[in-house]
Amino acid sequence: MAPVLEVKNLSTHFMTRRGVLKAVDDVSFTVGEREIVGLVGESGSGKSITGFSILGLVDPPGRVVSGQILFNGEDLLTKSPAAMRAIRGKRIAMIFQDPMMTLNPVLSVATQMIETVQAHDRVSRAEARARARDALGLVGIPSPEERLDSYPHQFSGGMRQRVAIAIALLHRPDLIIADEPTTALDVTIQSQILFEIKRLAAEFGMALIWISHDLGVVAALADRIMVMYAGRIVEAGQVDGVLTEPRHPYTSGLLSAVPAAVPRGEPLRPIPGFAPSPLSRPSGCAFRDRCARATDICATEPMLEIAAGREFRCFHPHLWSAA
Amino acid sequence: MTVFVIRRFLQSIAVLCVTAVIVFIGIYAIGDPAEMLISPDASPAERAQVVASLGLDKPLWEQFFTFAWNALHGDLGRSFVFNRPSIALIFERLPATLELTLTGLVFALVLGIPLGLLSGLKPNSATDEVIMTGSILGFSLPSFWQGMMLIMIFSVWLGWLPSTGRGQMGEFLGIHSSLFTLDGLTHLILPAINLSLFKLSLVIRLTRTGVRETMPLDFVKFARAKGISERRIVFVHVFKNILIPLITVIGLELGSMLAFAVVTETIFAWPGIGKLLIDSIMRLDRPVVVAYLLVIVSLFIFINFVVDVLYSLVDPRVRLGGAQ
Repeated sequence: MAPVLEVKNLSTHFMTRRGVLKAVDDVSFTVGEREIVGLVGESGSGKSITGFSILGLVDPPGRVVSGQILFNGEDLLTKSPAAMRAIRGKRIAMIFQDPMMTLNPVLSVATQMIETVQAHDRVSRAEARARARDALGLVGIPSPEERLDSYPHQFSGGMRQRVAIAIALLHRPDLIIADEPTTALDVTIQSQILFEIKRLAAEFGMALIWISHDLGVVAALADRIMVMYAGRIVEAGQVDGVLTEPRHPYTSGLLSAVPAAVPRGEPLRPIPGFAPSPLSRPSGCAFRDRCARATDICATEPMLEIAAGREFRCFHPHLWSAA
Repeated sequence: MTVFVIRRFLQSIAVLCVTAVIVFIGIYAIGDPAEMLISPDASPAERAQVVASLGLDKPLWEQFFTFAWNALHGDLGRSFVFNRPSIALIFERLPATLELTLTGLVFALVLGIPLGLLSGLKPNSATDEVIMTGSILGFSLPSFWQGMMLIMIFSVWLGWLPSTGRGQMGEFLGIHSSLFTLDGLTHLILPAINLSLFKLSLVIRLTRTGVRETMPLDFVKFARAKGISERRIVFVHVFKNILIPLITVIGLELGSMLAFAVVTETIFAWPGIGKLLIDSIMRLDRPVVVAYLLVIVSLFIFINFVVDVLYSLVDPRVRLGGAQ
């Protein structure tokens, strides 16, 4: 199965006044056709910037400094701005975190959807409107024809996120990058949206990169999971394997900090310390200052190890008897 | 909408009543017009007769109620100096001021918005620096000095444009205006520029700030992620959001331009209402001052009404009439 997306050694740096901020540092991964990949990490780990790098939407002073982003075999980093614009929204779509902010408050939903259709396809306004209406119906918005003429403030947060998803679906893209789309919603709405997205991705055969800091959400949704820490992917593999038998101490640390994963009555074990400042990351393994298993060797760069469909960067991985 | 209009109308009447009281008492306090109007060598009998004919011998409250009663019948009093209805004097002069102000406003918008966009889209570039420095000059150089410099450069040195008066007027659809003849236009250019320079700087800065504040918002990034062209993002997504603060400020400024065109009108001898006001204050011509202020307040009220209606057109979150 040919991968839809192949990211190779991607580095995105921000040239700030206080130095070079390595938001994404030598990240490689692939996303297969119809595959749902969860990209997990704490705030500032570089997961959102990875998403924006793929779409070519990193704002200055940020810049993709090296690597390749192969989308259906073509390197997006060599494309002209016009060619990238033709791909954005058409073949790769993105859904943002805060539905209150992603829709323009002074334009009607119809305007914002029709312009998306007409940005890529030469169709009449009436036809574009019909497609917009169908997309709204698809994501479960009742009486879509009337709702088209509403403005964003007339929708609830969950409904706005459905509108954003409908916009992403307008062109049936090959890949959707979802940047924490359920984080700003309350829990019942969250699970509805999750269910809808999973259904739609399967229905239209779309691949999905789901960026989140919520392991529970990713566990329910994704086929594969990638754990990011300080701009790097520290562990990647099938969801079941990574979440039940994590190899990297950071992954196991994350898991033992999840309330649902710890037996009732037992205290949660937060990871000690804070993530290092992206401006002054220690050499070697960035996690070593917070890691109970760290030794002197961790001051050198751990190589990517690949074993039994699992990738991780650690000198002292957890060993599981079954593995 | 109907509810909104009716409510606004009632509010406006209240505002006009309050202004009338304040203005009437205020102008009563500054001096005795009899001193200005009657020659010093008039006999006491002549003097008493003039005072009585102008109604100045009555107590303040009686004068006010006479004025208010007449005002309700559409009569805002006769000018002491010209012995003509004061409202007629004002409406005679108003078109000249409106013409000057509107030309100045159009100039400020037509130039200010593109310059502000240019500046805001390329912050800290050379273009931005030049535009921003220019706007500081527009802000900080006093209007009367700018006016005199304009006259010196364009009328005295270069001799391109006339420096005083309104020039020849043309007629179009029954409206007399300097806008319709070439001679009138050449007379209009300098005063209009003088009046608009400050507003131009204001529009530039407002637009620039709006662009700078709107561009980093999520919905702009989302529009990019949808594959919308940069042009449409700037002129539709961003611009429509900038219009909201712009309309507010322009509405307020248009009122103040009308009311304070005094300086420009004085420098360029433009026969507008600003000049009439100054002359009337000097001569303590009470009815004209009161009528002038009531007209200006009415204009302010009207402009604010237009601004509110424009709001509801631009910003869907604003619905006139309050309750759904």
